[in-house]
Amino acid sequence: MKILIPIKRVNDYNVKVRPNQGNTDVDLSNVKMAMNPFCEIAVEEAIRLKEAGKADEIVVVTIGDDKHQEQLRTALALGADRAILVKTDNSVQPLDVAKVLVKVYESESPDLVIMGKVGIDGDHNQTGQMFAALTGLPQATFASEINVDGSKVEVTREIDGGLETLSAEMPAVVTTDLRLNEPRYASLPNIMKAKRKPLEEMDIESLGVVVEQKVTTLKVESPPERQEGVKVETVDQLVDKLKNEAKVI
Amino acid sequence: MRTLVIAEHNGNSLSAATLSVVEAAKKLGRDIDLLVASNSCESVLEAAKSVEGVSKVLNFSHEKFKNEVAEDVAACVMSVSNDYDFFLASSSTSGKNNLPRAAAMLDIQQISEVTDIIDEKTFKKPIYAGSCIATVQSTQAKNAITIRTTSFDKANENGGSAAVEDMSVPETESRKSGFVKNELTVSDRPELTSADIVISGGRGMQNGENFALLEAVAGKLNAAVGASRAAVDSGFVPNDYQVGQTGKSVAPNLYIAVGISGAIQHLAGMKDSKTIVAINKDEEAPIFKVADYGLVGDLFEALPELESKL
Repeated sequence: MKILIPIKRVNDYNVKVRPNQGNTDVDLSNVKMAMNPFCEIAVEEAIRLKEAGKADEIVVVTIGDDKHQEQLRTALALGADRAILVKTDNSVQPLDVAKVLVKVYESESPDLVIMGKVGIDGDHNQTGQMFAALTGLPQATFASEINVDGSKVEVTREIDGGLETLSAEMPAVVTTDLRLNEPRYASLPNIMKAKRKPLEEMDIESLGVVVEQKVTTLKVESPPERQEGVKVETVDQLVDKLKNEAKVI
Repeated sequence: MRTLVIAEHNGNSLSAATLSVVEAAKKLGRDIDLLVASNSCESVLEAAKSVEGVSKVLNFSHEKFKNEVAEDVAACVMSVSNDYDFFLASSSTSGKNNLPRAAAMLDIQQISEVTDIIDEKTFKKPIYAGSCIATVQSTQAKNAITIRTTSFDKANENGGSAAVEDMSVPETESRKSGFVKNELTVSDRPELTSADIVISGGRGMQNGENFALLEAVAGKLNAAVGASRAAVDSGFVPNDYQVGQTGKSVAPNLYIAVGISGAIQHLAGMKDSKTIVAINKDEEAPIFKVADYGLVGDLFEALPELESKL
């Protein structure tokens, strides 16, 4: 079984991102970049399936400029076998990402596509669903458990009311939620080995996908600040304030 | 052109989230139709047609909608898409699952988690876990939008008298996925996203058993119980308790954060609450910066005392 893992380069999740001076975009200069945490979970799940003897090959793919090689090398160091960089200097919105992934899917013919449910930058939560729509593949989003059984994959999904289990024929698209697994760290020997693993590059134009900015950003601002309130000394004071001042209980 | 709102329900009642999406849809100035895909669920259809501001209820009834699968819902949307230039759903897990699938089939770049509709092409939405608010503009003729429901009031659930139109259900027999089972959290507490009062615990709760202390206070206040991502990650409670950017957004009248430090990703999910109370032993915790009332102290003493005094 072959698994395709689309990944995204984003700000390190520990970094608080702020608007730039002209409020035209966020300021990412000097911000540490990393693999999107949900994509790390996707890579980890693929490696576990390979370790369990259920997958033979893991291919990672991302879209962006040369710097994106860093995150592909990270995935290779973690255990992916091959990497593909679809090169572009422009920002690519989820629908176009999905269209690029369709092309990669067609040439790679994986049995399973696992990807993060959301990028922690744009907070879109769209690409997996869109890619599934464009390929006509079944989708199982927000996975907290994945069981591959023959030609089927059973996925437990995190939904608002609790958990839901879907069964899908492969090839299928699964997007990862937080509790699916805890990603490992790459070991130093594996980081060295990853440098020799194949990393193929192709231009986005060569795939025949026209990138459009169908949604443009006019302004980026900090959210309105909430006024800091008061400290109370005792539970009695707190109850009194809630009853008589805020009048919420 | 009209606005299509994908209704959410549990097979029995219409979700409060749908009322907020209808209210948001009013800002687009078009006739609003509600798409209800259900297993001939009369109570949901009754509720749908009574929502103020709804023109028409599109009744897609079929046994397969007993449990919703994204492929089926997207097919319903596609079957009527010519009549609409706006497609709206809430940013619940259901809306997030269904709408992008339909949007891609319509070649629409969706706009997610909209918190404000400025005009029919211009919207506000949080990005970077709520660290920034982006104002975005669509150049598309048709748009698909998920609505952050806590940013909008709820449409009146009475006062409407929409016509119910029976629709022919698109055949999706060939779809490659199917429902297996549900394990829904059973609770006699109010639902998290629509509760008047929410009390949430964080890593400071130390373990899942200690959430009983929160439950006891919640019982007195008829509050819903939530949790921070740290508490979910630590395995104290299930993920459907999670309040924050990667969980649920809530905006109750009263939000009580207990043993929660106040990471940006948690604040993103609750800082629109009317009144915020923080109980934490670390007086430097960032949660106090957004709290109206802060109590610095040991939550294991404060919670039982609070319960006894309510």
